[in-house]
Amino acid sequence: MLPMIALLLVFQLAGEALRHALALPVPGPVLGMLGLLLALALRGAWMRRRRADGAVVPEALERVTATLLEHLSLLFVPAGVGVVTHLSLLASEAVPLGVALVASTLLAVAAGGLLMARAVRRRAS
Amino acid sequence: MIAELSDIWVYLARDPLFGLTLTVLAYLAADQVYRRLGMHPLANPVLWSVVALALVLRGTGISYERYFEGAQFIHVLLGPATVALAVPLYRALGTVRRQWRGLLVALPASVLVASLGAVALAGALGAGEATLASVAPKAVTTPIAMGISERLGGLPSLTAVLVILTGILGAVLGPPLLSWLKVRDPRARGVALGAAAHGIGTARAFNESPETGAHASLAMGLAGVLTAILLPLAWTLMG
Repeated sequence: MLPMIALLLVFQLAGEALRHALALPVPGPVLGMLGLLLALALRGAWMRRRRADGAVVPEALERVTATLLEHLSLLFVPAGVGVVTHLSLLASEAVPLGVALVASTLLAVAAGGLLMARAVRRRAS
Repeated sequence: MIAELSDIWVYLARDPLFGLTLTVLAYLAADQVYRRLGMHPLANPVLWSVVALALVLRGTGISYERYFEGAQFIHVLLGPATVALAVPLYRALGTVRRQWRGLLVALPASVLVASLGAVALAGALGAGEATLASVAPKAVTTPIAMGISERLGGLPSLTAVLVILTGILGAVLGPPLLSWLKVRDPRARGVALGAAAHGIGTARAFNESPETGAHASLAMGLAGVLTAILLPLAWTLMG
């Protein structure tokens, strides 16, 4: 378990280092996630070539990520409570924010749904 | 007796353990209610634990900084949890291979409409710069959105709340909207919900069918990556 926690931290740290070194606008943990995704894809390709048995995602990594992601929502709470420090901003900009959230969410759902449905239909016909 | 109790209270309220314990208890209680109510999006446990904790802080006069001294031990796990998203994303890669044509069009469209649409509307209605940077990444999963918000000069905690509100809106209004638009294919419904309403939309998609849910979680992951790459670039271009 511990080696896999270390693995996640190392990927996160590498992501942060890469972001600083190349002055990338992408958040460090996202780069870390892409790094781990690439590592898993390479491991999968290598295992297929060697016709190796076993899972591409090591069981210990599976357990650690399942535990972390099972309670992912809890991890947003401390930052979310920080909204108490922005209550006056939130109150003064409630109308633009409310309109923007409702309208852009409806448009995004419609755009994603209609375009994906069209692509799926095309492929079927 | 009363004096002793208030002494203990003053002592405990200063201890970082207080913020940490309170966060976990508030979340557990909110999560119980959420499950009892059949996981309805309006009962979202993050929203209600944030509301409850904000009220406690206001009622007790404990500052956010003091609260965060304890709560930061939960907060630091966001980074490794973001990295851990690579595992479910890796699992979904097979779907990407089958559906790449549709995803290649639907995902960027949804991501751009969600982020730039929200920025344009809020800006037109007079929102300030920090608010605009905070609302821009609101459609993607919270850890990624907060990272982007920070990079753009927004307020990550405001972003966290806007992300959750977006998820609830998408999960409540998305399915009826898709039915009204006659989008019935589970893959299309899943992609729409996951891309526009991240984890909360994905949970709603899993209520429809496992296939809808699988496509939603894939779309959520890819939309997060896409937004993390495209949005800061668009931000730089727009000045």
